[in-house]
Amino acid sequence: MTSAQESEKPAKKSLGRTLRENRVAQGLLLIAPADLYLFLLIVLPLLMVAGLSFLSRGEYGQIVYKFNPGNYARLFDAIYGKIMIFSIGVGVGTTVLCLLIGYPVAYYLARASARTRSLLLFLILLPFWTNFIIRIYAWMMILRSGGFLDSILMGLRITKGPLNLLYTPTAVMIGMVYEFLPFMVLPLYTSLEKVENSLLEAAADLGAPPWRAFLRVTLPLSVPGMIAGTILTFIPSMGMFVVSNLLGGAKTILIGNVIQNQFLTARDWPFGAAASMVLMLLTMIFTLYYTRKAGFGEELLV
Amino acid sequence: MSEKKPALWLRVYTFFAYLFIYVPILVLIIFSFNSQKLNIHWEGFTLDWYKVLFQDQQILLATRNTLMIAAIATLVSTVIGTIAALAMQRYHFPLYSTSETLMYIPIVIPEVVMGISLLVFFVLIHFTLGLVTITLSHIAFDIPFVALVVRARLHGYDNAIDEAAMDLGANELTTFWRVTLPTILPGVLSGAMLALTLSLDDYVITYFTAGPGSTTLPLRVYSMVRFVVTPEINALSALWVLIVFVILAIGQIAQSRRA
Amino acid sequence: MKSDLAVEFHNVAKIFPTPEGSTVTAVDHVSLEIKHGEFFSFLGPSGCGKTTSLRMMAGFEWPTSGEVIINGKEMGRTPPYQRPVNTVFQSYALFQHMTVFQNISFGLEMEKVPKAEINRRVGEALEMVKLGSMGRRKPKQLSGGQQQRIALARALVKRPEVLLLDEPLGALDLKLRKEMQLELKALQEQVGITFIYVTHDQEEALTMSDRIAVMNRGKALQIGGAVEIYERPNCRFVADFIGETNFLTGVVKELTKDRVTVLLNTLDQEISGISQGELSLGKAVAVSIRPEKVRLADDDGKEIRDLHGTGNLLHGKVVTTAYIGSDTRVLIDLGGNLRMRAWEQNSISTLDPNAYYSAGDAVRIFIPIENTLVLPEDVS
Repeated sequence: MTSAQESEKPAKKSLGRTLRENRVAQGLLLIAPADLYLFLLIVLPLLMVAGLSFLSRGEYGQIVYKFNPGNYARLFDAIYGKIMIFSIGVGVGTTVLCLLIGYPVAYYLARASARTRSLLLFLILLPFWTNFIIRIYAWMMILRSGGFLDSILMGLRITKGPLNLLYTPTAVMIGMVYEFLPFMVLPLYTSLEKVENSLLEAAADLGAPPWRAFLRVTLPLSVPGMIAGTILTFIPSMGMFVVSNLLGGAKTILIGNVIQNQFLTARDWPFGAAASMVLMLLTMIFTLYYTRKAGFGEELLV
Repeated sequence: MSEKKPALWLRVYTFFAYLFIYVPILVLIIFSFNSQKLNIHWEGFTLDWYKVLFQDQQILLATRNTLMIAAIATLVSTVIGTIAALAMQRYHFPLYSTSETLMYIPIVIPEVVMGISLLVFFVLIHFTLGLVTITLSHIAFDIPFVALVVRARLHGYDNAIDEAAMDLGANELTTFWRVTLPTILPGVLSGAMLALTLSLDDYVITYFTAGPGSTTLPLRVYSMVRFVVTPEINALSALWVLIVFVILAIGQIAQSRRA
Repeated sequence: MKSDLAVEFHNVAKIFPTPEGSTVTAVDHVSLEIKHGEFFSFLGPSGCGKTTSLRMMAGFEWPTSGEVIINGKEMGRTPPYQRPVNTVFQSYALFQHMTVFQNISFGLEMEKVPKAEINRRVGEALEMVKLGSMGRRKPKQLSGGQQQRIALARALVKRPEVLLLDEPLGALDLKLRKEMQLELKALQEQVGITFIYVTHDQEEALTMSDRIAVMNRGKALQIGGAVEIYERPNCRFVADFIGETNFLTGVVKELTKDRVTVLLNTLDQEISGISQGELSLGKAVAVSIRPEKVRLADDDGKEIRDLHGTGNLLHGKVVTTAYIGSDTRVLIDLGGNLRMRAWEQNSISTLDPNAYYSAGDAVRIFIPIENTLVLPEDVS
């Protein structure tokens, strides 16, 4: 090939050659399947739901293509407004409890010897990999009237009659915390494990007692883990309906239950769609705010 | 972290925390041997419920469906997710950040929202709900997780080995097959494992996209928990826990052998 | 053989776009010729374009303009796997999931060489780098030096016409690096193929190369053998980068065919020397004087012994001395904030303190004309 031939742009380049030479083309080719698939099955459906939220419900539960912004207004009325606040409360409560209960465990894990640590990590992952409905059922067995917990407490003469914990908000909270505890412990552990010994030694050297060193050094450094754990706990907990169905009965209704109900039983799809959009919005705001703070760290990749 | 042994109260506390986590599971397993059908009080030891379990046609069907769906979903999402991870880690192309956001959406949105949106989608395009829609939905949430895991593992990748392969005479495809893929294989397998687990376990999204006829194991478990509350469900649970334990243990041993 | 040149660059340029939207010129219209069987080095600081030049030979980058020609054939956009060259990478780039043997045989597999011949040639390659028994090991079980030699064997087993080496010794400790330099040089002479070597270490380049291209900011400033580059640098950068030197700045006062007279800026004094670049009257120049090329004498008015022809004479005061053993390094204050380094070889063994300079001594510095290089401040 002479330079004269090279400088003429070839009229037709085969696709293969273009792909080989052009890195942008290669990149696009590799990302295309994922982009296409996710657009079709995630973005498009969400757009449909968004549109649906502004439509109305017909007599027999079908969708009537009439513009109806009332769905959103209804979400903030007396009944549903209360449910929303309650859901957020449950979410916050779950997150806070998981944080309080889980932090010492994560702390211990971070400081344990390598052997203990791998054993304990294995043990905390094990339930995580089993089906969560099974685990909630276990709590149903334990908490129901005359069930395991009652048997033990009454047997030890601590209580006189059954506690009737099943189908109460308390049971739901227990179930939620049980479900989300590993999601809080693992990112916390990842964060705490990175706190170098030398930092604590430096703090001690400069005169800080252990509790002070913890407050001023360890705790702030574990914030990324706390943020990751919060994201992994709070967001899913808001959309939960299984736990409240199984452990809460008809008395405990969360946004997730509302959505489930509207789509399956009450058949008011537009209203359900509106509720979903609101839930989504809450989620997005929360995520954006927190990931901006944390910079979407590796803790999430545990 | 520190080399000093952690305080006593910390160890005791952790012990009780783990107790909290494991007592329900143990109760579950123990009561799978309970001969009382209502399973409220302990009556006597029996293996009957396991026999019932293995003869339960619905469970067998559900298990078969679950495994099939999980296998297909894992395969497809691993391929798509891996090449997407390669694209994001090693290439620059227009709308890069759009693709990245697209990848994160399924991870961040609540499952129930994703579930109903898929339901709406399939209904509006008149696609009958069934095993196919379940599988398609599983692929959708699996892809981002695979991509995430593979991308994390791609971080330390030395591009020079790809160049070395080409320098030695391998073209782009051969380089990918003989060098790139084997090198990232541990990450890809991790991603596949995650996808498999997410698919096997999924309840919420399956719930909305299943339609009347199809059942998977998680769906069946849920309805059994609601309505058929005999020790059979305990037997199923106990088996499930055992299988997971064995698989995880094998994985752990294999990992420590390799190190 | 199609041509007597292994590699040619005809006005090669490589321009990269930056993420911010502008461009950076990594290689700025470089032309050069590398002969068959040469050990040719690209030498320069990081970012000078040496690695990019190498990568354009290997085919990992394509020139923005100009031609890269290997063995008479223009490469154009030919991919790396179709070029008759092989590369030894800075990070070794060994395939971690393959054994040492498989690493080396990979290139032969690509050529579809029959199995028996592969076994034979891989065995020979391992022997050549003295790692005959390591075939079954995995790369991570080897030391850095061993990995480097596997990378070498992997490239050489293919019998390329040109071997490209991108700072292969950078990760090794000093002692190992010096050993490997000699080994590589011996290997090249034994195998006989063209080695093109990239390094930022000028000692390394001087030790191993037949010819060196000194690069800075994308330009090849000077190409020549070690002696030529060291003794007759053609610009300030080359004189500064190779070895050590003193610079005195000034302007050209007189210009004849074999002598230049420079009026020094700070020291109100003229010195004469030889010129290597293009000069004109009044042009700003830097005069390069290497520390080992001067003679010191006490400033006591007596005649300086061993006077070789005419030369320049400067006066100064010793600031500090450093006794290295084989020579003494003297730092001299010339006045006007100018300092000069001079290295005196301790050719006479004596304990007499008067034989050695000490701080405060007044000295005369004698510099022969041919040791005084007048260089343009920049070369285009």
